[in-house]
Amino acid sequence: MIATTPSPPRVVLYEGPGSDPLATADRTTLVGDLLDRGYRVTAADATASSETDGACIVVGRFGGSPPQLAATTAEVSLIDITGLSPEAILERVEATRTGEPMNRPDGPDTWKPWFPVIDTDRCTNCMQCLTFCLFDVYGVASDHTLRVENPANCKVNCPACSRVCPEVAIMFPKYHAGPIDGSPVRQQDVAAEKMKVDISALLGGDIYEKLRQRSEGAKARFSKERDAKQALSERRRCLTKLADAAQIPREVLDALPTPEEIERRTAAAAEKAAAALAARNPSAAGE
Amino acid sequence: MTDNSDTPTDQATPRILYCRCAYAQVVPPEVKQEVLAGLAASGRGFEAVADLCEMAARRDPQLKSLAADDRPLKIAACWPRAVQGLFQLADAALPKADVEIFNMRTEPAADVLAGVLGEPATAPEEDNA
Repeated sequence: MIATTPSPPRVVLYEGPGSDPLATADRTTLVGDLLDRGYRVTAADATASSETDGACIVVGRFGGSPPQLAATTAEVSLIDITGLSPEAILERVEATRTGEPMNRPDGPDTWKPWFPVIDTDRCTNCMQCLTFCLFDVYGVASDHTLRVENPANCKVNCPACSRVCPEVAIMFPKYHAGPIDGSPVRQQDVAAEKMKVDISALLGGDIYEKLRQRSEGAKARFSKERDAKQALSERRRCLTKLADAAQIPREVLDALPTPEEIERRTAAAAEKAAAALAARNPSAAGE
Repeated sequence: MTDNSDTPTDQATPRILYCRCAYAQVVPPEVKQEVLAGLAASGRGFEAVADLCEMAARRDPQLKSLAADDRPLKIAACWPRAVQGLFQLADAALPKADVEIFNMRTEPAADVLAGVLGEPATAPEEDNA
């Protein structure tokens, strides 16, 4: 999980004094390959990063005479890449990195960074998203404003909370379409999103109540039919309308907790939201 | 390997940040590749990250360094609203001034390059070794 995997080290491609520059094509290939493995890269010149913290791997064509490094607080490794191809350099970098496996785009257990991002210029801190989310993604900051507390808890490819935001303030940068992807919000988007907020009304009541009914219905059918395949098929058919309306991936609906757990989580989130709203507007809370 | 960041020239020279968006396919691959090739051919230093979203999720300190740096910052990534939000999420809100964000999801690579380099884009060189 992202919170426990180490940050990728920074790779500095040094081509200054004491190092021969790479061919442009090799430089492009090397930087692209490193990024595709999850590394950060500094292509150094005088304007590049002056960071001194964090692990750092410096690669350069030093011709067999790598430079002496000034003392830094960072853990620095030097690799002389003279005569090496971009592929061979990549292998050397991979061999140099130590420690726990890091999250990486090409890894076996890749975590896709999918989570809500708040447009604070639009957000009114109404806390509807906090109440809606069952997975503790949202929290409340010390100033009682909304905060994305646990990004890694978010269900990949599920943008459902953005559909309940009345201000179109929730973005998923890796979503395929606007305005959820972060593209500018137009007036017609606001109107459209306000319509989608009424998903629960569209479904005839509270969205979680509907989920609960669906789940209980599916369980009842399952016990009567004693046919797992048919029951699963029926459950999926029942959830299709909900999934389409809120654009919730079916895997997320299938993985929802028990109705009791949904109720417990919803109540806890609602309590948290109410406390934040009360703290932001004490006079209204006392009325 | 010396840090010349206090020189007047460096104070005026924008830093460049390139996001590869390596964990998704929402940025056209040919655009991000062409932008990277242009940066690599430009002779300018630049920072390149695998994925700004991934860094924001881990609240990577480098985002704070970038946001706090006095020098202008030019970012080649995606929608400006999303990029601003990602930095904010990482407790590294970008200043309103001196930050320009270019959108590789919608803008042609040449326009992005011209923007981040502050000059008309040139075709990548064949070889400079």
